[in-house]
Amino acid sequence: MPSAPAPATGPAASPAARDESTLFDTKEWLAFALVAAVILVVFPLCLDAFRLNLVGKYLTYAYVALGLVLCWGFGGILSLGQGVFFGLGGYCIAMFLKLEASSAANTKIQSTPGIPDFMDWNQITALPWMWQPFHSLPFALLAVVLVPVLVAFVIGAAMFKRRVGGVYFAIITQAVAAIATILIVGQQGYTGGINGITDLRTLHGWDIRQDGAKEMLYFVNAGLLIGCILLAQFVKRSKFGRILVAMRGKEDRVRFSGYNVANFKIFVFCLAAAFAAVGGAMFTLQVGFMSPSFVGIVPSIEMVIYAAVGGRTSIFGAIWGTLLVNYAKTSLSESFPQLWLFGLGALYIGVVMLFPDGLAGLWNSHAQPTLDRLLGRRPTPAVQGPASGATQPATLPPQTAAE
Amino acid sequence: MTGSNTDFLLAVEALTVSFDGFKAVDDLSFYVDEREIRVIIGPNGAGKTTVLDLICGKTRATSGSIKFRNRELTKLRENEIVQAGVGRKFQTPSIYDDLTVFENLEISYPRGRTVFGALTFRRDAAVRERVEEIAETIFLADQLERRAEFLSHGQKQWLEIGMLLIQDPDLLMLDEPVAGMSVSERVKTAELLHRIIRDRSVIVIEHDMKFVEDIARKVTVLHQGRILAEGPMSDVKANPKVVEVYLGH
Repeated sequence: MPSAPAPATGPAASPAARDESTLFDTKEWLAFALVAAVILVVFPLCLDAFRLNLVGKYLTYAYVALGLVLCWGFGGILSLGQGVFFGLGGYCIAMFLKLEASSAANTKIQSTPGIPDFMDWNQITALPWMWQPFHSLPFALLAVVLVPVLVAFVIGAAMFKRRVGGVYFAIITQAVAAIATILIVGQQGYTGGINGITDLRTLHGWDIRQDGAKEMLYFVNAGLLIGCILLAQFVKRSKFGRILVAMRGKEDRVRFSGYNVANFKIFVFCLAAAFAAVGGAMFTLQVGFMSPSFVGIVPSIEMVIYAAVGGRTSIFGAIWGTLLVNYAKTSLSESFPQLWLFGLGALYIGVVMLFPDGLAGLWNSHAQPTLDRLLGRRPTPAVQGPASGATQPATLPPQTAAE
Repeated sequence: MTGSNTDFLLAVEALTVSFDGFKAVDDLSFYVDEREIRVIIGPNGAGKTTVLDLICGKTRATSGSIKFRNRELTKLRENEIVQAGVGRKFQTPSIYDDLTVFENLEISYPRGRTVFGALTFRRDAAVRERVEEIAETIFLADQLERRAEFLSHGQKQWLEIGMLLIQDPDLLMLDEPVAGMSVSERVKTAELLHRIIRDRSVIVIEHDMKFVEDIARKVTVLHQGRILAEGPMSDVKANPKVVEVYLGH
């Protein structure tokens, strides 16, 4: 055997020598500190109330992107239906808020006072049974997470136990997104239809429409997002995270290493759904309504693009990708509303073709080496990785030996 | 469908698998003892790999029985068969390219195989020691931090063997372990196999007759999904039917 070249580790490989018991390595600490500082300090200091609320809205999509990083980036499970979970989370809290806003006093001009206005318009005369428990805030908060997780569990169990994966799974999740939209729009007496659930006012008597409340909600949202980032980082650093990466490449081998692959896929799909749902609930609270336009195929694909632009294997990239694409969307659609969808499509194709590792990939290949040079450190092994592959042919067996 | 209970480690009885009417394995029966080294040879398409696929659960049997320590395997999922003590090496190296050698071995370490077990798995001293011990055995002790995709073909084969060893299976199934290896790698692999087959049963598929003679006590010759001959290498080599369909070529 020829002498081996120096060990090379790419960005996805975590050196085994590194202490596995800490949540972050040095580079990840910096990335985390940067995200936390920008979200918690820079934005609130530099932006006015309106813009801050807008950024808060963007950040609710970052939960979805974060879930996609785990599910798609690490696990290789592409879901084109994350809008369903975002929507379910959002609807669960919207139902509570709507019931609170539909007190008998507020709705006394309706033919049936005390029920949401859209039900009254649809000749519904009593609150449907599935709305009843949403009078309770604890129930609604639990439902925000549990309902989407349950739906994800059913879809995941049905698909992954039968070993449906890859493109087929993506198409099925897309179909689920389409079905969910059709159901919500079609059942407008129960769901508010195409308009969604609007005119939300108070949360336990606290007016969520005031600037002060919105600022408060921004920080709640930012705090929860940081909590989700920490959770995602924990999953990434655990053996579970490495099994996800292993499954992405060699699913069969994972089975023959003694793991039940379906259970791992179901878990990560449910976790991504839970993240999306928390994002959806925070969206409803900050923006004041929830509608099927956040559930369907287009928003679901948009959410995949956030993760792709940020870099689908980068937890922190997902946050930056979401912020960047949404900022571009807001700026562009203010001036050219018709062009945005084309721009989005072009962006997706561009990312996939030109820089498949997204912003995080660009950072690792360009910014990081420069930064290291400026700080007088050795360049990262990431750049050396592919080069060491060039020595590979030398160690390959001669073809004649195989015959 | 129910096979008889035996003292054998592995009892394959009346095993048949049919793909759209084509019987890749046809009414096959054979038995493997504890600590036996069994080599399966035969021409291409004889059903050798399919037999291993059936034992490890990759392919489902149409009929027949596979009993491992009198436990029926045909009803179990792949991961349950692994947990029962059966390890399988595939023909082409099947390793995790994106992970380091250390991580490849660590994932194969038989602990924390449930979802929550994997989330709470700690890389403690026992794991490190075992991984390092196996890496030493498979000649990769100085490669632990390297991404597996950058290994040479032979090193990848060793890594996969190591991934099986760390599971400590009672039955190890190797599909052409020396295929595509250089002469020096082949010698090292033979030495490696000699060491690891000592305390377990092994089923090996191999075309390299020199290698087969070197390790085999008992040989099973498959032809068109059936057993053509079975016995010590010297008997099988002298069998005119075997010479005609396989060795003569």
